[in-house]
Amino acid sequence: MSFMKLTASALTIAAVSATAASARDQVQVAGSSTVLPYASIVAEAFGENFDFPTPVVESGGSSAGLKRFCEGLGENTIDVANASRKIKDKEIKACAEAGVTDIIEVRIGYDGIVFASDIKGNDFAFTPTDWFLALSNEVLVDGKMVANTYKTWADVNPAFPAQDIQAFIPGTKHGTREVFEDKVILAGCEATGAFEHLLAHAEGDTPKAQKKAAEKACISLRTDGRSVDIDGDYTETLARIESNKDGIGVFGLAFYENNTDKLQVATMSGIVPSTESIATGEYPVSRPLFFYVKKAHIGVIPGLKEYAEFFISDEVAGADGPLSEYGLVADPELVKTQEAVAAEATMGGNS
Amino acid sequence: MTDLSQSPTPVPAGQNSLLTLSDRTKKRNAAEKRFKIYGISAIAVGLLMLVVLVTTIVSRGTGAFQQSFITLKVELLEAKLDKKGNRNLEDIKKVTTFGYAPIVKAAMQQAVQDLGIETDLKSKQMAALLSKNAVAQLRAYVLENPEHIGTTVEFRFLAQSRVDGYLKGRVSRDSIENDKNISPQQLDLADELLAAGVLEKTFNLDFILGSDASDQRPEAAGMGVSMLGSLFMMLVVLALALPIGVAASIYLEEFAAKNWMTDIIEVNIANLAAVPSIVYGILGLAVFINYMHLPMSAPLVGGLVLTLMTLPTIIISTRASLKAVPPSIRDAALGVGASKMQAVFHHVLPLAAPGILTGTIIGLAQALGETAPLLLIGMVGFIASNAPESIADGLLAPNSAMPAQIYEWAKRADPAFYERAWGGIIILLVFLVTMNTVAVILRRRFERRW
Repeated sequence: MSFMKLTASALTIAAVSATAASARDQVQVAGSSTVLPYASIVAEAFGENFDFPTPVVESGGSSAGLKRFCEGLGENTIDVANASRKIKDKEIKACAEAGVTDIIEVRIGYDGIVFASDIKGNDFAFTPTDWFLALSNEVLVDGKMVANTYKTWADVNPAFPAQDIQAFIPGTKHGTREVFEDKVILAGCEATGAFEHLLAHAEGDTPKAQKKAAEKACISLRTDGRSVDIDGDYTETLARIESNKDGIGVFGLAFYENNTDKLQVATMSGIVPSTESIATGEYPVSRPLFFYVKKAHIGVIPGLKEYAEFFISDEVAGADGPLSEYGLVADPELVKTQEAVAAEATMGGNS
Repeated sequence: MTDLSQSPTPVPAGQNSLLTLSDRTKKRNAAEKRFKIYGISAIAVGLLMLVVLVTTIVSRGTGAFQQSFITLKVELLEAKLDKKGNRNLEDIKKVTTFGYAPIVKAAMQQAVQDLGIETDLKSKQMAALLSKNAVAQLRAYVLENPEHIGTTVEFRFLAQSRVDGYLKGRVSRDSIENDKNISPQQLDLADELLAAGVLEKTFNLDFILGSDASDQRPEAAGMGVSMLGSLFMMLVVLALALPIGVAASIYLEEFAAKNWMTDIIEVNIANLAAVPSIVYGILGLAVFINYMHLPMSAPLVGGLVLTLMTLPTIIISTRASLKAVPPSIRDAALGVGASKMQAVFHHVLPLAAPGILTGTIIGLAQALGETAPLLLIGMVGFIASNAPESIADGLLAPNSAMPAQIYEWAKRADPAFYERAWGGIIILLVFLVTMNTVAVILRRRFERRW
């Protein structure tokens, strides 16, 4: 039967082509969804200007990307992991156990985190204290930590309108969450004096353990539905705000700048977020963005080093490049990074 | 208990007429009428939802099939593009897309000047009306036609997504108040260019045939490459799931002894059909990529995963259509001396073929719309950027699939991508409706009833 022959030949073709799947000729990237737009802009320009095929960029979050990065070496593992936070010691260890030892860390620039609400709603001028009081699980009242019962923003700060507290913050798998906890909640915790109180009452044998416990208590957020973790992307946060006009969401600066017709941005400690105010360091909530390269893959995967060098070249990541046009805050120490990548300098030198 | 039996004055037997309805009959008729109304309203609600869905999709998505273009005459300056003047392709390649930006800027400024439009904008802001794709388009043209360097060539460039949105009514002067990507002056210029016929909105074939584009150029993104990715996946599914599924069901239905073993297999196949597709994605990652070392993001792997997902559907529908062939056909064939295999392949299988095909097409349509398993094998992201050059390339080079591409667009920041996601849904729906229609037609034309 010709039908049987056809399927038999189709099967053989599939089998043969599967075994022929040896050399991968394009760079594979995965990781942070914050870095994804920048990486895709670079990948596109890289494909246009070089004879290498356009690199493949997947998203999924910094932690997921680094986890895949640390799965091992070889063509069926990714070459580059994008991250919106620094790689953790735990992850470096996991990498080393899988044989991924020589990692090149590349800082591409800075990204601002903004607080935005519906364009027709009230405008806000936040301080970290407001956010700590609004979202923390327990707040300091009369020298005692009590459960947070604030219902409206006016309860938190009399200067605010009596709008229900409803915050959409990034889920724990996002690198953005850590920055939010570190630079906003923890800062607010310290400013209200709750941190000192927690530190004084913290359990632990060493001062370090006590500090850790106090920090952990600071960043534990209320779970009564006023603070909602968004595990998806910023588009989900935006959709939540569109359906709940009282909502205030946490966004990347670039995302906000693409949706200024729907969102209004709040100031933080009196500073309006913009690439300029982040570059000067005035706007407090910003963080560096990174990507990590497997040194062992350089020379094996064609175009990998060229991609890394192209990413941080002046015409791409510099102050007038397409990345800063999209919302990245250029790194003032870009030259240093360029030198490090050219020399293939790995993290921690000899480890 | 009914009212009738409780009635204090029993109805005389003589009054039980066929012409006047008794209370009991009235009640039964009323119940029937009520049920019909429930049924009709259920259908109406369903139809209403369908209408809402289709109108939403069409009204939001049709915009993606149109795009704004700006036609410009560009002088391909030799001093910029080929400094040595020897038309050596290697030397010309050294000029990156960044080197083409001044040429585009100059062309835009020239065009505005030629049209006599007064504006305070700087040439950079004027050129910002054009897509960032313009430089890439220009460079690709020059590399293909190096002999045209030094001449003036007319190009049709895409307009920036905000300008395109302005022409489509998505962007207004109010909505760009805080937008740093475009200014009201630039929209004024766009109005003038529109009046002069330089800027125009036309049908955009590139949306259907093109490749994905980065976050900065939503106007250049297209479905074409991911469509090819879906096509190659479907080829793999068809080549694997159909023969395996049909062979398995013929054996189970016609040859296998009915014992507890086959019962267990049967239960398991039914169970597999109900397994969530993401589970197959995890399986695919573990088996095909981590163990068999097949390439990541490849349509081959996607096809293999979807094969696993489609197999139970095909087996179940094939077994059903084999069962529907009356035993008399088998008996007759066996009676005139055919072997069991001859009876099955010459008589039962041809009669069951329409049912098998229908089941396969519906299984394929289901696989075509599947995104979840593709998430885990790396087919979602900025991937569908290179059109495959050969069949092997199509199977093994990284690619996305239509539903994955739609998902990816829906989560990008620029609202222009959102419109494209809806447009992509239209294309996907056209495919699904076509496949399902073919399945229905096949069933109508070839199905036999006994």
